[in-house]
Amino acid sequence: MAPIGVLAIQGDFLEHINMLDSIGIESVEVRLPEQLENIDGLIIPGGESTTIVQLIDIYGMRQPLLEKARKGLAVWGTCAGMIVIAKHLKDKRPDPLGLMDIEVSRNAFGRQIDSFETDLDINGIDGPPMHAVFIRAPLVTKIGNEVEILAEVGQGKPVAVKQNRILATSFHPELTEDPRMHAMFANIAHSIQ
Amino acid sequence: MATEIKPNTGTWTVKSGLAQMLKGGVIMDVVTPDQAKIAEDAGAVAVMALERVPSDIRADGGVARMSDPQMISEIIEAVTIPVMAKARIGHFVEAQILEALGTDYIDESEVLTPADENNHIHKHNFSVPFVCGARDLGEALRRIGEGAAMIRTKGEAGSGNIVEAVRHARKVLGQISHIKGMESDELMATARDLKAPYELVKGIHQTGALPVVNFAAGGISTPADAALMMQIGVDGVFVGSGIFKSETPHIMANAIVKATTHYKDPEMLASVSKGLGASMPGIDVRTLPESEQFATRGW
Repeated sequence: MAPIGVLAIQGDFLEHINMLDSIGIESVEVRLPEQLENIDGLIIPGGESTTIVQLIDIYGMRQPLLEKARKGLAVWGTCAGMIVIAKHLKDKRPDPLGLMDIEVSRNAFGRQIDSFETDLDINGIDGPPMHAVFIRAPLVTKIGNEVEILAEVGQGKPVAVKQNRILATSFHPELTEDPRMHAMFANIAHSIQ
Repeated sequence: MATEIKPNTGTWTVKSGLAQMLKGGVIMDVVTPDQAKIAEDAGAVAVMALERVPSDIRADGGVARMSDPQMISEIIEAVTIPVMAKARIGHFVEAQILEALGTDYIDESEVLTPADENNHIHKHNFSVPFVCGARDLGEALRRIGEGAAMIRTKGEAGSGNIVEAVRHARKVLGQISHIKGMESDELMATARDLKAPYELVKGIHQTGALPVVNFAAGGISTPADAALMMQIGVDGVFVGSGIFKSETPHIMANAIVKATTHYKDPEMLASVSKGLGASMPGIDVRTLPESEQFATRGW
């Protein structure tokens, strides 16, 4: 088993690493293209999506990352990470990677004063609902045929989606003390393709 | 599964959480929507909307207040990254106005003329998060006690001189490691000496870190300055006059962003530092009389 990579160019990557640590899953910081080798999965953390996409391009990571994902690298984007991996955005920028067949609207719940916490039932997560933290969060506005909705807030507002080995959440499990979503992703990443 | 949301807004987690998302990033002072777009395109994680950058406030003198709400709204419209704005120390009505405008973060800032020389804003009352300046750990913990969800060094804004930001960052980080190494029975006396809430001192002893994100601000004007502050141990940087007072703002802005991400990589720092044109002119802070130093405002 190879470690889980955490994209460490901007945002709350340390919180993801600490969470993986807390459940005994080995992780590694990814800042440059060559660091995409020898990982089973990649987490793209919360942060500013415009900044993260721009830095992915500046450091030449776009093509290597798309190539690895085509070959089955598991990828999970949280909040900004969801925007980064989407196929389409409702906004003009940034230019997303297109790893998942979803359309995403940025800041869909409003500005910072509208940021919120709530409890959320998620398909595939057993036990009590997960506590979910939404910070200037995006929302999935359209999904492709292969995309499965894992959780919604209200009707028709998907906030957790999965397509094969790719996972995206509008919220930040890494800001809570509940590692179940990280365990779920690690299972996907370490499972045989 | 569809969950009916019972949303809980303005909580400590969402307020301090936004600052977590800004880590490793650069927050830039802008005075027009066009500058805000340049900052966003250069990779800024947020912009600080204000009427005059600190070096102009310093040059103009007089009373510096919250910026025109019209200008702040135009900047909010112009970009998709978070927009911060400054309120005077203790001026909770300016803060109420900024919150009503939809500002994403309020900087209760010594760069503006203080409205209250005794009391800072009671920041727990607001849904919008606050960032506050600090020169040492006691000041940082007093602000956190009042509800600040993010801390920055005060530095000496508008001076183009990094020396005060270095002093303040080293002081805060040094005091944190000192407390971490203490015995538990020394914490109450330390809280007394720092004039800081005991529970927060105890938290530092346990975790060895501030409970909120800590940025550098005040005097950062080159990529090397930004990387210096990151290597000293802050989570990100504010750049005020340093960008739009430089010769080629868009190039300087992008160079400071890259230097902040790759702060440990001297080759990258060398490459981004080339061909930037003139940086902003600087001031020797030692020549400033205390009455002209922003950092001594607030306590």
